[in-house]
Amino acid sequence: MIFRLPTLFFLISFFYYGFNSANAQITVCDSCEFTSVKAGIKAAKPGDTVLIKAGLYKENSIIIDKPITLLGENLPTIDGEDKGDIIQVFADDVTIDGLKLINVGSSYTEDYAAIRVSRAKNFVIQNLELRKIFFGIYLEKAREGIVRNNNILGDAVSEHNSGNGIQLWYSKKIEITNNSIQKVRDGIYLEFADDCRITKNLSKDNLRYGLHFMFSNDDVYNDNVFENNGAGVAVMFSKRIHMKRNKFQYNWGTAAYGLLLKEINDAEIANNIFEENTTGINVEGSNRVNYTGNTFKNNGWAIKVKGACYNNEFINNNFLYNSFDVSYNARLNDNKFHQNFWSEYTGYDLDEDGFGDVPYRPVKLFSYIVNRTPETIILMRSLFVDIIDFSEKVSPVFTPDNLLDEAPLMKKYSW
Amino acid sequence: MVKIENIHKKFGKNEVLKGVDLEIPKNGIFAILGPNGSGKTTLIKSILGMVVPDKGKIFIDGKQTHANGLYRKNIDYLPQIANFPSNLGVKELIKMIQDLRGGSANSDHLIELFQLEPFLDKKLSNLSGGTKQKVNLVLTFMFDSQLVILDEPTTGLDPIALLHLKELLRKEKEKGKTVLVTSHIMSFVEEVSDEIVFILEGKIYFKGNLSQLREKTGEQDFERAIAHLLKKNHA
Amino acid sequence: MLKILKYSFFDLIRSRWSYVYLLFYLLLGFVLLFLNEDLSKAVITLMNVIIILVPLIGTIFGVMYYYDSKEFTELLLAQPVKRSSIFIGQYLGVSLSLVMSLVLGLGLPFVFYGLFESAAIWDFSLLLVTGSMLTFIFTALAFNIALYNENKIKGFSYAILMWLFLAVIYDGLFLMSLIVFETYPLDKFTLIATVFNPIDLSRILILLKLDIAALLGYTGAIFQKFFGTNVGLFLALGSLMIWILLPVLNIYRKAKKKDF
Repeated sequence: MIFRLPTLFFLISFFYYGFNSANAQITVCDSCEFTSVKAGIKAAKPGDTVLIKAGLYKENSIIIDKPITLLGENLPTIDGEDKGDIIQVFADDVTIDGLKLINVGSSYTEDYAAIRVSRAKNFVIQNLELRKIFFGIYLEKAREGIVRNNNILGDAVSEHNSGNGIQLWYSKKIEITNNSIQKVRDGIYLEFADDCRITKNLSKDNLRYGLHFMFSNDDVYNDNVFENNGAGVAVMFSKRIHMKRNKFQYNWGTAAYGLLLKEINDAEIANNIFEENTTGINVEGSNRVNYTGNTFKNNGWAIKVKGACYNNEFINNNFLYNSFDVSYNARLNDNKFHQNFWSEYTGYDLDEDGFGDVPYRPVKLFSYIVNRTPETIILMRSLFVDIIDFSEKVSPVFTPDNLLDEAPLMKKYSW
Repeated sequence: MVKIENIHKKFGKNEVLKGVDLEIPKNGIFAILGPNGSGKTTLIKSILGMVVPDKGKIFIDGKQTHANGLYRKNIDYLPQIANFPSNLGVKELIKMIQDLRGGSANSDHLIELFQLEPFLDKKLSNLSGGTKQKVNLVLTFMFDSQLVILDEPTTGLDPIALLHLKELLRKEKEKGKTVLVTSHIMSFVEEVSDEIVFILEGKIYFKGNLSQLREKTGEQDFERAIAHLLKKNHA
Repeated sequence: MLKILKYSFFDLIRSRWSYVYLLFYLLLGFVLLFLNEDLSKAVITLMNVIIILVPLIGTIFGVMYYYDSKEFTELLLAQPVKRSSIFIGQYLGVSLSLVMSLVLGLGLPFVFYGLFESAAIWDFSLLLVTGSMLTFIFTALAFNIALYNENKIKGFSYAILMWLFLAVIYDGLFLMSLIVFETYPLDKFTLIATVFNPIDLSRILILLKLDIAALLGYTGAIFQKFFGTNVGLFLALGSLMIWILLPVLNIYRKAKKKDF
């Protein structure tokens, strides 16, 4: 029901506009009656479409305070000349479509954005190209809107003077889909944003996180690709987040993760692919999280568990050629590993039920040592380390002795 | 031919040569004798440069020996124990030594002499001790150097081969060569040598020909004369 | 020297052990590829073999050859050949024949399985280069040990001990000291300690190209600088070269003074 409501609104508004906008189209171009976007909007009545022809418009602080459609033809450019917000939306039922917005200008005190939607609902922001931005699309206290097919490319070099691609603050039921976001601080940032759906986006080469949740609940993100971000994807202090079929890849670096979970409860993490990250998933203080059908391939650490994590279940995941499969910094384990595939498993399956007859211990002593003294990583894959790992495997002293997969899969799990 | 000046050599605490002075003239067979551990082999090896003396000089044909060992081109040496790379065949070994030394070499008559033809293609590891020694002899005598040094040449030889060896030595001497030989077989020494050098505890104890030895010891029998030398020293 | 090298080399490649060694690697290569089918995965498994087995075999062959060819050496010493040529020639003969067995033994299966079309070719080449360098290093070290020990049993024991020390014990001490001094900045110490063990050095060199380059960067700025760039690669290769040069120079030096 939740997501049908905006659609319904949409249909209604479509009919509403349909009757009114046939003859209420205002055109903006160099040689038109209206030569500036601002003037066009000023002249428009609610429900009108302001059509902007191709060209360069040097304007900023364009305020939309009535339900209109701002439509670009052949991608007109609005140049904010580094003076702050370019378009501000304060009204419901606004559509912004097909524009190129450049030169937002940065500030240490104000979060300037290419498009700011404030206390509005039922908006559609689509087919935009954003360049040289500070913040891209900034939604504050907005509801039931759609952000789709936008291409955001920043030029962020350092975290403190760059902004986020798409930022949600106290917003609800926003759909963010098919966007491409690159080279900003956080690709998509959600703070106090609930019931949002984030799907099929590409978030790449961002300075900090590809996707960042803070204090946001009941959100879903599926089928996204997060690649080569400074620190991967961070989900913090949030509840009931669903993460499915995403790809987290090539997040290499000193503090880089595929996915960082901090104080996350009741989440579902299913069928994702984590490939070539320094750490696949870094978990801190997260409870009742289900990990199923994920593939961890060629990561430094597939899963790093820090601090107290209770009642988490890892079932039917594939752990392939990671330097370390699971690392714990405590001796305590209250998590369940069951029926996963481990490429390092050396046991056998005599009864041929598809599960190894000998349990697998995913935590190595060496990973425990490396957690304690990081420099010891230099001894990885040395004979001595293999020997101590083996002896720890035989009789666990330092690692949780109940942490084992009783029924490791003999073949890769596929879904 | 060979001139040795004040050679000293220690192996650890064991002083093997304690100032040896020796001059070996051209042409003739010189036997170096002495009890086990008296320093015979060390002396020979010093001449060859295989042992580096702690002190002293060695001249061959008036030229001081050089550490690079290239002067060995003019020395034919027969080592004490013949043990060769086991994977090589006899023919290959002969070729190899020829290759290493360069110059002309004539091994055919020697192979014939010691009847080594059946063994030419065999690997050295499969040969008996005596046959190896024959190969060793071939390797030594196939070159035509002026100085020949033989360390225990009689080891393992059958009587016929021994005869051939004596014959060889005689011929070499006729060619005007200088032959240096050590042996424990007294009859052999007595038969072939022109001059004897007796080493005892790292020093030259006696140098002279057989008659001088008999004179000095008052013993007619060679073996007894040698025994006398030894006894006198221990007395 | 080239003549000595030639004879030692041919002597060795005709010996049974070279074939055993070659066959072992052929078998290993084929089995690994057969089991894995994934070329880059096989390269990782091979690394474990190479950094442990290659030094061991280099050590054993080196010592064995030295003692076995003692009489041959004496024979050569009586010839007009420089001493250093004899030993360096023999050393090169042993190490080259070992290197040849290694390269052929591992190379053939991999070529057979389509190495040239694979992206793993660089990793694999690095593996072979490292393996070859380790052979040179450990054969040289073994020759050194043998040169200093007349007693065969003693020399053999020392050589095996040296291998054991560098392959296992060193890393144990290294790990222990890292844990004991964990409160101090350790990255410089770690790098230096690595350079002092050719096995560690080779392991790092291979791992740099495989999985831990970035993992190492995890631990600190110096590591990152060292392992993140090609500086590490060249430094490690350079240090391995020094590891070859120093023992060989010592063979040269010792051979000049030694009595036979």
